[in-house]
Amino acid sequence: MAKELIKSNEAVVKGALLAGAKCYFGYPITPASEIAQAASYYFPPLGRTFIQAESEVAAIQMCYGAAGAGVRVMTASSGPGISLKQEGVSYSAGSELPVVIIVIMRGGPGLGNIAPEQADYFQVVKNGGHGNYRCMVLAPNCGQEMCDLTIHAFEMADKYRNPVYVLTDGFIGQMMEPVEFPEAMDIDERAKADWALLGDAETKGNIINSIYLDQDELEEHNRKLQRKYARMKAEDVLFEEYRLDDAEIATIGYGIVSRVLKSAVDVCREKGIKVGLLRPITLFPFPEKQVAEIANRVDNILVCELSNGQMVEDVRLVGCRGKAKISFYGRMGGNVPTVDELAEQITKVAEGGDIDG
Amino acid sequence: MAKDILKKPDALYEVYHRKPGEDKKNIHYCPGCGHGVLHKLIAEAISDFGVADRTIMISPVGCSVFVYYYFDTGNIQAAHGRAPAVATGLKRANPDTIVISYQGDGDLAAIGGNNILQAANRGENITVFFVNNAIYGMTGGQMAPTTLVGQKTMTTPYGRSVQNEGYPIKVVELLATLESPAYLERCALTDAKNIAKTRKAVRKAIKCQIDGKGFSLVEVLSACPSGWKLTPVQAKKWITDRMMSYFPLGVTKDVIDEREGYHPEKVKLTGDRIEEILGLKKEKLFRDKSMSEVPEQYRNPQIKVAGFGGQGVLLLGQTLAEAGMRHGWNVSWIPSYGPEMRGGTANCQVHISENDIGAPVVDFPNILIAMNKPSLDKFEPTVQPGGIIFYNTSLIDRKPERDDVETVGLPFTDIGDELGSLRFANMVVVGAIIEKTRLLDEDIVKEAMKEVIHNKKFIPDNIVAIERGMAEAKKLE
Ligand SMILES: Cc1ncc(C[n+]2csc(CCOP(=O)(O)OP(=O)(O)O)c2C)c(N)n1
Ligand code: SF4
Repeated sequence: MAKELIKSNEAVVKGALLAGAKCYFGYPITPASEIAQAASYYFPPLGRTFIQAESEVAAIQMCYGAAGAGVRVMTASSGPGISLKQEGVSYSAGSELPVVIIVIMRGGPGLGNIAPEQADYFQVVKNGGHGNYRCMVLAPNCGQEMCDLTIHAFEMADKYRNPVYVLTDGFIGQMMEPVEFPEAMDIDERAKADWALLGDAETKGNIINSIYLDQDELEEHNRKLQRKYARMKAEDVLFEEYRLDDAEIATIGYGIVSRVLKSAVDVCREKGIKVGLLRPITLFPFPEKQVAEIANRVDNILVCELSNGQMVEDVRLVGCRGKAKISFYGRMGGNVPTVDELAEQITKVAEGGDIDG
Repeated sequence: MAKDILKKPDALYEVYHRKPGEDKKNIHYCPGCGHGVLHKLIAEAISDFGVADRTIMISPVGCSVFVYYYFDTGNIQAAHGRAPAVATGLKRANPDTIVISYQGDGDLAAIGGNNILQAANRGENITVFFVNNAIYGMTGGQMAPTTLVGQKTMTTPYGRSVQNEGYPIKVVELLATLESPAYLERCALTDAKNIAKTRKAVRKAIKCQIDGKGFSLVEVLSACPSGWKLTPVQAKKWITDRMMSYFPLGVTKDVIDEREGYHPEKVKLTGDRIEEILGLKKEKLFRDKSMSEVPEQYRNPQIKVAGFGGQGVLLLGQTLAEAGMRHGWNVSWIPSYGPEMRGGTANCQVHISENDIGAPVVDFPNILIAMNKPSLDKFEPTVQPGGIIFYNTSLIDRKPERDDVETVGLPFTDIGDELGSLRFANMVVVGAIIEKTRLLDEDIVKEAMKEVIHNKKFIPDNIVAIERGMAEAKKLE
């Protein structure tokens, strides 16, 4: 199929529809509104459902219902709305329902602003809701991945019967890039007949539920969930490496930051600094093995984020036993560092200096 | 009490196998509780209509959280108050199902107040059974939004006071103010007569959904002897004596007969048709062009387009990016977005490159398009040596000061105006860029413009604008 120059937020919607998404439930919020708008434009002509819900609280619960009915379903929002969705995400995880949630991060806390931040890593990757659950989190950094990882999110949600987030920042969401779309998938809901409620005699004995009054039963349910998360770690970690082979410094970043880092790596390589980039594509499961291995191999790791330092905690957790010194550089408030700014930080690290980020 | 005992309908399990403990025959509700009676009435209607297989019951949070122990239908458990939203998802995903939301007064009228209001207002084709027992049963007898004035509960130990808690919510009266609901009635589970009326209302509400007539809700005044600290007999009397005077029984809305049944048709499209609707099947003019054919200083350009909101700077950038893509190159486009787009300056940044594009930002453009003076003032110093500045002399009364860049000053706004509208000015710029940089081919740019502009009726004017821009730029040589 021909390439399309398309806004990332719209590529999400087209990707979702090609992946067979049947329902979209959402509530507008900048910088994610284009997703709801594109969904309202494309879902109905395909005979699919778009509803502007009364709130994010309701939108995610509508997703819970539709996922229970066995269809592919999605919602999208940004920080304040994602906070409200936590109730439904926890319930979906508890009831093991496949729901795809797109997050286009903006500045916080509170109302913050609509400029790009990555300050919702804790909330999304570490879970803002209650209970021992995890969600898979995919972090695209370009238009093509906004489409591809949305499709992947539906696949993973079904594979694990679990909520899956696609997490990016306002910058990536607003960007236009060429995207090549795959062919439309034909999804058969009957494949979920062993657990979903398809409204027939065969499936009416199924139950969708997260209440287990008996302590042992609830513990066993939780253990089962943990086994599922362990399987995600074993089977579905995604990451990208760039110029890391002979690197003495490894930078780590995701989303828009990984793009700026890539350019900064090129700038520094021209100056003779041996630096590369590790880009986690799945934030959960986090590429733990790769980070641990790199921490053993390089002298320095520089983590960059549009936050006060959130993902860096995961890097430290698995990288602390390695020989690399781990530094952090962050910007907040919606400021995105320039290529020169990050190149300067890398140079500082190369010269043995400290970063106060 | 014999008259309360109804035969067990098919839609209730014969043996409650999901219920924990030894006793799989009896319900878990307290003696004299209204929930059990209502369960039977609902199950009876589901059985009689023959829809048990396609019914999905939603268990709320409250004493009836275990609705799924009893109903031999599809079952799903919802978060506190969210059953109407969950019902919406279920029903929209599969309109053939019969979706029943069963909720208490805390669930429906307090925490889920907006969810029920909005589901009713959307006219969701679902059936809601609302158990009004004027108290929170499950959590041990706290105040509900329907707790009567003066009623003592665990959280109104001195009695509900109008000053502190206001008056009890009358749900069916409230919802009756909406246009969308089809059927709303309040019943009571007290004596045989009222149970018979409730039975009728339950059947009517489910039938309403089967017939595609839209939203229905039956409020049922129901005893909670445990919460009220009364015997079952006293509790029934309390409903009659105290509740009914504030919550009058009867229909508050019924437009079922005036409504056409609506059954959304199932659409199954081929992959081809889906891709066509998504606009992915268009034939596009593509041509592989090597950057080596482009004058050296304009290869792999980083472009910044800046001006007032409304000058079409975003579309200008998009046209360049779309055209770049159609030459087989990598491109990226990002806007400055948010409040700055409204009235103030707007800018967008475009990369066109043979190589992978890292940072999509453009800090140091080698092509700057400045459509107003603030844009030139702000970005002129950032242009790379050897780059080029296109500036709009209609609105900029100075020349660029840099002597290490090429400059192209044209009255873009005036030319656009002359062509019929200010909105054509951006394509005049595009024409000038084609002529000056030799980066993009004219025919491809025109195709790109057609794709990018929203209002296709302006295509001919914009073609003229592009050609005019080329001609004007040529004249400068
Ligand atoms: C978000 C949330 N808040 C509070 C609770 C605790 N809770 C459980 S049931 C209930 C009230 C139920 O009352 P009602 O809806 O009237 O049902 P009843 O038990 O009387 O049938 C509350 C507050 C909860 N489960 N979830
Ligand atoms: S506490 Fe009240 S509502 Fe709950 S089961 Fe007992 S009587 Fe029924």
